[in-house]
Amino acid sequence: MELSTVWFVLIAVLWVGYFVLEGFDFGVGALFPVLGKGDEAMDGETRKRVMLSTIGPVWDGNEVWLITAGGAMFAAFPHWYATLFSGFYLPLFLILVALILRALGFDYRGKVDSAVWRRRWDLCIVAGSVVPAVLWGIAFTNIVRGVPIDASMEYTGGFLSLLNPVALLGGVVLLGLSVTHGAMFLALKTDGPIRHEARALAVRVGGVTAVLAAVWLAIIHRDTGTALSWLVAGLAAAALGGSLVLARRGAEGWAFTGTFAAIGLAVASLFFALFPDVMPSSTDPAFSLTTTNASSTDYTLLIMTWVAAFFVPVVLAYTAFTYWTFRKRVSGHHIPTPQAVGEEPAHTR
Amino acid sequence: MEALELARWQFGITTVYHYFFVPITIGLSLLVAILQTLWMRTRNPEWLRLTKFFGKLFTINFALGLVTGIVQEFQFGMNWSDYSRFVGDIFGAPLAIEALLAFFLESTFLGLWIFGWGRIPELLHASCMWIVHIGTVLSAYFILAANSFMQHPVGFVNNPETGRAELTDFWAVLTNPVQLVTFPHVLAAAWMTGGGFMLAIALWHVWRARTPASDRRMYRRAAAIGAVTILVGGLGTVISGDLQGKVMTEVQPMKMAAAEALYDSVPEGEGAPFSIITVGTLDGHEEVWALTVPKLLSYLSTGTFEGGVEGINDLQAEYTLTYAGHELTEAENYRPVVPVTYWTFRLMMGFGFAAMGIAAAALLWLWRGWDMRHRLWHWAAVAVAFLPLLANSWGWIFTEMGRQPWLVFGLMTTRTGVSPGTTTAEVLTSMVLFTLLYGVLAVIEVGLILRYTRAGAEPYDGKSLDPADRTDDQPFVFTY
Ligand code: HDD
Ligand code: HEM
Ligand code: HEM
Repeated sequence: MELSTVWFVLIAVLWVGYFVLEGFDFGVGALFPVLGKGDEAMDGETRKRVMLSTIGPVWDGNEVWLITAGGAMFAAFPHWYATLFSGFYLPLFLILVALILRALGFDYRGKVDSAVWRRRWDLCIVAGSVVPAVLWGIAFTNIVRGVPIDASMEYTGGFLSLLNPVALLGGVVLLGLSVTHGAMFLALKTDGPIRHEARALAVRVGGVTAVLAAVWLAIIHRDTGTALSWLVAGLAAAALGGSLVLARRGAEGWAFTGTFAAIGLAVASLFFALFPDVMPSSTDPAFSLTTTNASSTDYTLLIMTWVAAFFVPVVLAYTAFTYWTFRKRVSGHHIPTPQAVGEEPAHTR
Repeated sequence: MEALELARWQFGITTVYHYFFVPITIGLSLLVAILQTLWMRTRNPEWLRLTKFFGKLFTINFALGLVTGIVQEFQFGMNWSDYSRFVGDIFGAPLAIEALLAFFLESTFLGLWIFGWGRIPELLHASCMWIVHIGTVLSAYFILAANSFMQHPVGFVNNPETGRAELTDFWAVLTNPVQLVTFPHVLAAAWMTGGGFMLAIALWHVWRARTPASDRRMYRRAAAIGAVTILVGGLGTVISGDLQGKVMTEVQPMKMAAAEALYDSVPEGEGAPFSIITVGTLDGHEEVWALTVPKLLSYLSTGTFEGGVEGINDLQAEYTLTYAGHELTEAENYRPVVPVTYWTFRLMMGFGFAAMGIAAAALLWLWRGWDMRHRLWHWAAVAVAFLPLLANSWGWIFTEMGRQPWLVFGLMTTRTGVSPGTTTAEVLTSMVLFTLLYGVLAVIEVGLILRYTRAGAEPYDGKSLDPADRTDDQPFVFTY
């Protein structure tokens, strides 16, 4: 296999890793207003802190998959990185702002003991989870289906042309998949009321998403797919369906594995449909960016291959260790009384 | 303003902002790891309390370093796409390797550290913070290798067929002579910054009337650690900075000349003076008046008191001959903005020396009972939190502005690296919104740091942190 093909595969793996891992972080964040509403079983604040504790130790590591995917595109396919990031300027800018607000929401919401403070950061968490999921869906649909690119590899469409109906559907599907995935994750990682509500919600949202995802995948693969990409997309749909059945039966671990596989396979099917292009041009197929004309030299790719061969296993090992360390379910009694620093007690003044 | 100017402003603003948090992260991760190790070895609860206290402050700071870093990573493609195409073959690799080697390490082990209290074995827990520090050092190494390539490109060929620079020797990029002096300088400067942060906060608690008398000894110890870190880091910065000056004279003589506002060359044998204050004409072509130390500049840049140093005007003539007439390297003016380079260079050194002076005074006071009751000392203690931090900013602004008009020295001007397709409106939107957002976040961050500083170290609760003593239904120790 050519080195540029190896790197196409590796970049696909990084994006798959990003969406299957960060996908449930997005889902948990998006479900804040739904599963974080207090009732007689558990108050809202405790619910939210239980939800946060499930992803707390891992979300930052999950986000690094995105940073690595970006870096790997820069190193292996500089033209892909340049065309995509300068062309999709505004969506990427919005994603950056959303990711900033979300991350700070996680870290800062509990740092001041004030309801207003927490409410504002909760808003940031929700927006910061929904917006990137939708925008990534829109961006990837457009990448696979082709966008206007001229002979010098520059994107010539505007922002609005990215918002075509199929792409918007892609945005909704990626959000739906993330929410389902996040709900499955909460069902697996919590105990008490959240666990049961999350499971029921996963089945409901997952059902609707499955239909939309089937339509979206069918349109994409009808236009640009190959036999292999159809097969992978079909497996994705099967995994999602299976996951919903398992969730109804209460097999939470397997149901989560199902949504994990569904997102992974769906994203992989996009890369199968893309190859050997990396960014097809809708202006003229001759202007398309491909794994050959967008890539770095073999020397660079070879060095990167060695680095990846040594260090990807190490990263996977310690990532697995973290997930194993925090494998136990979280419930209300794990949440300490607020440690935030409120106003200073009057007697010390 | 055009997209080019806006993109430059945006890059400058977001990078300088990112770099407010970076040196604190690098420096403080080391200090927290040291505090936790002291706790493990002595079992003196004061060290544990300090570990948690500075650990909390560390996480508040880390969050902003992280989110602003992602912007950096995306920005090359968004605003500098022609640059990314031209050097991607070389420049992308260190960035990707940085993410793979450093960012995964930092984020995963910081997660383990924050949530692992009482849940993972104590020794492993203390190692996590050391691993985070190693991650920050690796991160600095690779990103600086990328930056050093822009200051002094090595290990590549210019391929006319593909119209880009292509990598021929990756080892040369990683051991770029500029990199070998920049990395120690930046690392030592970051340790200074962590030390300044700790010294200022600890001194404030020592002197505050409300601090419980029994806690004073604890804060004095923290202050001593901070002060020693500033002095050790300071020594490292001065030595490596001196070496940097010599490398810079060789590879970017124009930057050295601009740092010194040396307009006309001083030939071999005469010895160039070091300027204390030089007033030049505003267009940066001529000296009007100067106060100088004889021959010191020759020593700084060549290592002998007689060495020749080239001046701005002669270099301008030389560069015009060499570079004008080619699309990527054509420029009317090869001079950086002299007042900026001149003053930032002095402010960097001045702020650093001031921080070292305050640290030395604090140590004299702590060990010898030197009299520091004067109010001015209290202001100095506050200032020492910011002096090394701002010295870092001045240093970067000097390095980057001193490189202008080059984006990659001798290969590509900044003008030619900007994204051709992005519109002024797009860049304007993102620049204005980033600046506003960053401004709001700065206020929030400073507020949080002050709040947690004021609260002081939590009292020791005597609870065991050995996971064997923890039952499954006990609350977590740290969580969001
Ligand atoms: C990996 C590359 C890289 C790294 C590590 C840095 N820079 Fe840089 N810098 C650039 C790559 C660059 C650049 C892409 O080359 C810019 C963009 C516009 C330009 O002229 O150079 C630049 C410009 C630039 C400017 C504006 C100069 C101008 O517009 O004239 C400032 C103030 C800084 N940088 C400051 C920094 C700081 C504070 C850094 C520390 C984190 C830093 N740079 C690291
Ligand atoms: C302009 C070039 C730069 C880019 C593209 C960049 C990129 C990034 C990214 C993506 C992150 C977030 C990582 C995470 O999620 O944990 C980050 C954080 C970090 N960066 Fe930068 N960075 C730049 C400049 C620098 C420089 C010059 C240094 C060191 C000398 C540095 C050191 C760090 C460190 C230590 C962190 C850890 C987070 C923190 O600061 O709190 N960066 N950077
Ligand atoms: C006598 C003391 C110092 C000398 C002689 C010195 C020298 C230098 C030189 C020559 C450069 C430019 C390198 C280049 O562009 O190639 C530089 C950059 C820099 N300095 Fe200093 N410096 C000193 C003190 C400090 C202090 C105290 C700090 C911060 C605490 C600091 C932080 C920096 C930073 C962050 C940079 C930019 C990165 C780099 O190029 O290394 N310096 N310094």
